[in-house]
Amino acid sequence: MIAFIIRRLLQSIIVMVAVAAVSFTLFRFVGDPVNSMVGQEASIADRQALRDSLGLNDPILLQFARFMGNAAQGEFGISYRLQMPVTELILQRLPATIELALVSGFLAFVVGLSLGVYTALRRRGVMSNIIMTGSLIGVSLPTFLIGVLLIWVFAVELRWLPSNGRGEVVALGDWWSTGLLTHSGRLALILPAITLGLYQMTLIMRLVRAEMLEVLRTDYIKFARARGLSARAINFGHALKNTLVPVITITGLQLGSIIAFAIITETVFNWPGVGALFINSVRFVDVPVMAAYLMMIALVFVVINLIVDLLYYAVDPRLRVDRAGKAH
Amino acid sequence: MADPLLSVRDLVVEFPTRRGTLRALDRVSFDIMPGEVLGMVGESGAGKSITGAAIIGLIEPPGRIAGGEIRLKGERIDNLRPYALRKIRGKRIGMVFQDPLTSLNPLYTVAQQLIETIRTHIDCSEAEARKRAVALLDRVGIPAAERRIDDYPHHFSGGMRQRVVIALALCAEPELVIADEPTTALDVSVQSQIIEVLKDICAERGAAVMLITHDMGVIAETADRVAVLYAGRMAEVGPVREVITEALHPYTQGLMGSIPTLTQESDRLVQIPGSMPRLNAIPQGCAFNPRCDRAFAPCFTDRPDLLSPEAGRQVACWLHDPAKAQEVPHG
Ligand SMILES: Nc1ncnc2c1ncn2[C@@H]1O[C@H](COP(=O)(O)OP(=O)(O)OP(=O)(O)O)[C@@H](O)[C@H]1O
Ligand code: SF4
Ligand SMILES: [Mg+2]
Repeated sequence: MIAFIIRRLLQSIIVMVAVAAVSFTLFRFVGDPVNSMVGQEASIADRQALRDSLGLNDPILLQFARFMGNAAQGEFGISYRLQMPVTELILQRLPATIELALVSGFLAFVVGLSLGVYTALRRRGVMSNIIMTGSLIGVSLPTFLIGVLLIWVFAVELRWLPSNGRGEVVALGDWWSTGLLTHSGRLALILPAITLGLYQMTLIMRLVRAEMLEVLRTDYIKFARARGLSARAINFGHALKNTLVPVITITGLQLGSIIAFAIITETVFNWPGVGALFINSVRFVDVPVMAAYLMMIALVFVVINLIVDLLYYAVDPRLRVDRAGKAH
Repeated sequence: MADPLLSVRDLVVEFPTRRGTLRALDRVSFDIMPGEVLGMVGESGAGKSITGAAIIGLIEPPGRIAGGEIRLKGERIDNLRPYALRKIRGKRIGMVFQDPLTSLNPLYTVAQQLIETIRTHIDCSEAEARKRAVALLDRVGIPAAERRIDDYPHHFSGGMRQRVVIALALCAEPELVIADEPTTALDVSVQSQIIEVLKDICAERGAAVMLITHDMGVIAETADRVAVLYAGRMAEVGPVREVITEALHPYTQGLMGSIPTLTQESDRLVQIPGSMPRLNAIPQGCAFNPRCDRAFAPCFTDRPDLLSPEAGRQVACWLHDPAKAQEVPHG
C-alpha cells in the first residue's frame, strides 16, 4: 500500500515537472513579457534594464530552476495586466470555479449514474430509448450553445434564473467565498452547473449503461440469479458495485476536465472564476497568469488521479497485495 | 416405482433470430428420481446447458420455453412468476456452472456471498449464517475454512473456487443440483476430486444431481442413469451400466466406442463420421440420419419418438420400433 502510494506520488511529480517545462517555455518564449509591461515609447536601455531585473538574461536552465522553485512555493510572479501577484489573483477566483465544478460534477455523477442504471435495466423500454436519444443531443451540442440556449429560455424568455455572475456571496474564512449560502447565489449556480455538467452527465450515463450491460452478462451475475438472490440484490448490489469500478476512474478524471472545461461556461455566464481569468489573460498575453493556470489545471488532474487510484484500490480487492501463500 | 423428483415432458426451447426461429430443444423428455445422479451427455451444441437453464428458469430472452412442461415433485415450475421462481432457484434447485474463475463475484468475499445466499433462503441471523457457511466450506474440503472464508475469490485456486461454488449451490439444501460441466475448466489433477466432493455431499443430503458433461468416463464412474442428447432431441435414456455395455441408439453406440477406458480392444474405438447438424439445418425424420450407417426408409421421413423397448430404458430410433423394424433391410 505504502509502496503503491510512493510510486504514484513519484509519477505525479514527473508529470508536474513536465507540465512545468511546458509552462516555462510558454512563459519564456510566447510573446515578449517586456513588451507587455512597458509602453511603446520605452527606450532599448530601459528594456534591457527590465530584462536584467526580471532575470530574463540568465541561462535558460537557471531560469527554469528558478521558475520551478517559485512554482513549488506557489509563486508565479506578478500579472502583467493587473499588476497583482498571480497566486493571489487565482486564489481569489478559485472558489467560484471549484464550487461550480463540484456542483456540476456531483449533478453529472448522480443523474448520469441513475439514468445509466435505469436504461441498462430497462434496456428495451420506451423511456430508455427516449433518454438514449436525448443523450446523443447532450454529447453532440457544444457547451456554449447549450449555455446560450439555457440563457435564452430560462433567463430571457421565462426570467426565472439569472444569466450572469455568481449572485451574492458569503465569505467563509479568509480565502473562501461561497454562493451556496444565499438564495441568489444558488439561483445563479443552476444554469452554469447544468451547462458545464451536461456533457459529462451524458458521458457517465452512457458509460454506466455500457458497463452495467456488460456486467449483467457475466457468469457471476448468472450464478447470483441461479442462487435465487432478489433482483434488487443482484442489480443494485452485485451488478452496480462491479459497474462502479471502471466508472469511478472515468468520473474522477471527468472532474478534472470539468474544471478545465469551465473556461467556456464561465465565459458564457460571466462567472467570476479562474477560467474567465485565463481567457482574459490570453487576450492580453498575460503569460504569468497563463503559466500558473496551466500548472494549476495539471495539479488538479494529478491530485484527482491520485484520489481515483486510491478509491479504485479501496473498491477492488484484486488490486490489494496478496497475502503470502494464499493462492492454494 | 417412486415418483420422480423432476419430470421434463416434451420441452421445447426456441430462440427467435433474424433468420427464423431456432429450436434448441425439441420435445425433450426425461425424469430425475430423488437422490439419483443423472448424467447428461451430448456433443457441443446438443442443448445440454439450455436444458439446465430451462429447468432453473434462466433461459436468456429472447429465448423462451415454447412448449412442454417441467415439474418439480409434481408442481409445474416452467411458468412461474419471478417471485415464485426465486423460491426455487438456490432453495430447491442449486446450480454449479462450468467456470469457477468467473462464477464468483470478485468484489465480495466468500463469506459475504455465502451469507447473502443463506440468508436469502433461510431465516437466520448473520452469525448463524456464518457458522453454517464455515461448516459448509469445511465439508467441501476448504482447509482452514474459518480463516479462509473472509478471503476474496481471487485468493483461491480454480479447484478451491469450484468447491466454494459447490458450497454456494448447496447452502440452502436443494433437492436437485444441476452441475453444468463442473470440471471442464479445471486442471485435470483436481477434476476427479471435485466430482467426488459433489457426489458425496449430494448423496449425504439426499440431493439428486443432473451432471452435464462431455466426459463419458465421468458418467460411467458417477452417474446412476444417463441421458443422451443429440441436436436438441433426446436420443437415449437408461441406466449407465446398461447403456455402456449395450447401447440401443446408433449414436450412443458410437459415443460409447469413444471411451478408451471402457473398451479394452482398440477396434471398438469407432469414430462417428460427420458432425452434428446446425439447428437451422436439421434433416427431416431422424436428426441423426446423415451419420447413421443403419438408417432405413422411415428414418428419412418420420421423426422417431422416445419409446421403451425394455423396462427402465428409452430410445428414439426406428430400429427399436417393432412396427417399423420389419422394414429393416436384412444383410
Ligand atoms: N442465445 C442464443 N441464441 C441463439 N441460439 C442459442 C443461444 N444459446 C444457445 N443457443 C443454441 O442452442 C444450442 C444448444 O446450446 P447449449 O449451450 O445448450 O449446448 P451444449 O450442449 O451445452 O454445448 P456445450 O457442450 O458446448 O456446452 C446451440 O446450438 C446454440 O447455438
Ligand atoms: S432412427 Fe434411423 S437414422 Fe435415426 S438412429 Fe435409428 S436407424 Fe439411425
Ligand atoms: Mg454447455
